[in-house]
Amino acid sequence: MSLKTEIEFTLNGVKRRATVPVEMSTLDLLRDVVGLTGTKYGCGEGECGACTIEVDGLTVNSCLMFAVDCAGRSVNTIESLAGEPLGERLRAAFVEQGAVQCGFCTPGMMMQAAHVLSACGAQDDKAIARGIEGNLCRCTGYKKIVEAIAVAGKATGA
Amino acid sequence: MNQGIERYLAPQSLDQALFALQELGEVTLLAGGTDLMPQAKAGRAKFKRTLMNLRGIPELKGVSREGNTLRLGALATITELLHDPLVGEHLPVLREACDHFASDQIRNAATLGGNINNASPAGDTLVPLLVLDAEVELASRPDEAIYRRRMPLSEFFVGPGKTRRAPAELLSAVLVPCPAPGHVARFYKFGARPALDISTISIGLAGVRKNGHLENVRVAFGAVAATPLRALATEEALEGRQLDAQTIARVAATARQEVQPIDDLRASAWYRQELVHNMLTRMLEHVAQN
Repeated sequence: MSLKTEIEFTLNGVKRRATVPVEMSTLDLLRDVVGLTGTKYGCGEGECGACTIEVDGLTVNSCLMFAVDCAGRSVNTIESLAGEPLGERLRAAFVEQGAVQCGFCTPGMMMQAAHVLSACGAQDDKAIARGIEGNLCRCTGYKKIVEAIAVAGKATGA
Repeated sequence: MNQGIERYLAPQSLDQALFALQELGEVTLLAGGTDLMPQAKAGRAKFKRTLMNLRGIPELKGVSREGNTLRLGALATITELLHDPLVGEHLPVLREACDHFASDQIRNAATLGGNINNASPAGDTLVPLLVLDAEVELASRPDEAIYRRRMPLSEFFVGPGKTRRAPAELLSAVLVPCPAPGHVARFYKFGARPALDISTISIGLAGVRKNGHLENVRVAFGAVAATPLRALATEEALEGRQLDAQTIARVAATARQEVQPIDDLRASAWYRQELVHNMLTRMLEHVAQN
């Protein structure tokens, strides 16, 4: 019986409405209300980055963001990377470099990687590693993840 | 999580927000959400009857210069402060603290006002702001007009999560005097890993360098007491004294006595005192040599 409110926002380029409990997280909005389950629930407290999404051009932990705070904003999830040039390069590089083990961190890792390459303009491994410091890989496969992001970055010519 | 939110407000002006706060009294304030959400989920914070989202209030945004003072809007995010040219030019020690703040994702959401109002003894921006003589601006609207009172940040914290902000007030901005020429400031944060770690301890140090000594000395510590701490005895031991080995040893010993840390899962009290002593020594030696 918690209070609900209606919000309107842009999700992966498409305007939509949703009715959400005011204390709900954006992660729960995406997974349970909208049904986009690519964004993962890892820790629920902003430590692991598995739930990383992009809001108004900046990456955030969707588990820490109130769903009501999506109102009027542009939200992009891992699903938005499919078919996008940078997203496809990241996907190919993650596969080729063996940057996926259990795969649970991968959606958040790729969202942050896209941000690090495009918005932050990361060039070298150090900048990439710094950029993904908020993303944990419990399989500890960081070396190949950083290499994959670097390969995708070079392929973009960014 | 409790069932208690009865009203959700997203005011679009400071006036609207303050009017509602005056009418409603107890309100849970939402800015970046990065502290509120996990605290609410864990039951450490209970929602009040009204949840107010501050994001739409333009008066709380941005960084500007007013005369010799920098005005940091309460809604400025840590990422905005990190890249702000005024902050970079005048307050490099604050910029450095922002650089050590959590992760990119959290810096993109977390706000300065949130970091201050959360009043954690380990809040990353608090120690540098204390040594920069920052003041908080608290806005309220008891009648037809908006009132703004200013309070030194050093007086704002009462205990963990507790401040002197009244329920009908909003922290509208942080006001920081532009440091004078010759001003030196240092920030050091110790954590087990560079990213996403809550400080085991942090140290802020500032002063105006004159002929081998520091004047107007400010020393502050994080995560060594119930609130971020201005270390007055340590400041006095350093003020105006030739910055030599003897002074540094005395200042560091004073600091070790002045902090009152606790044992917790990040470190023992003893280890925190050792860190304070040894890292302050290192910082002072660095200042003396440069």
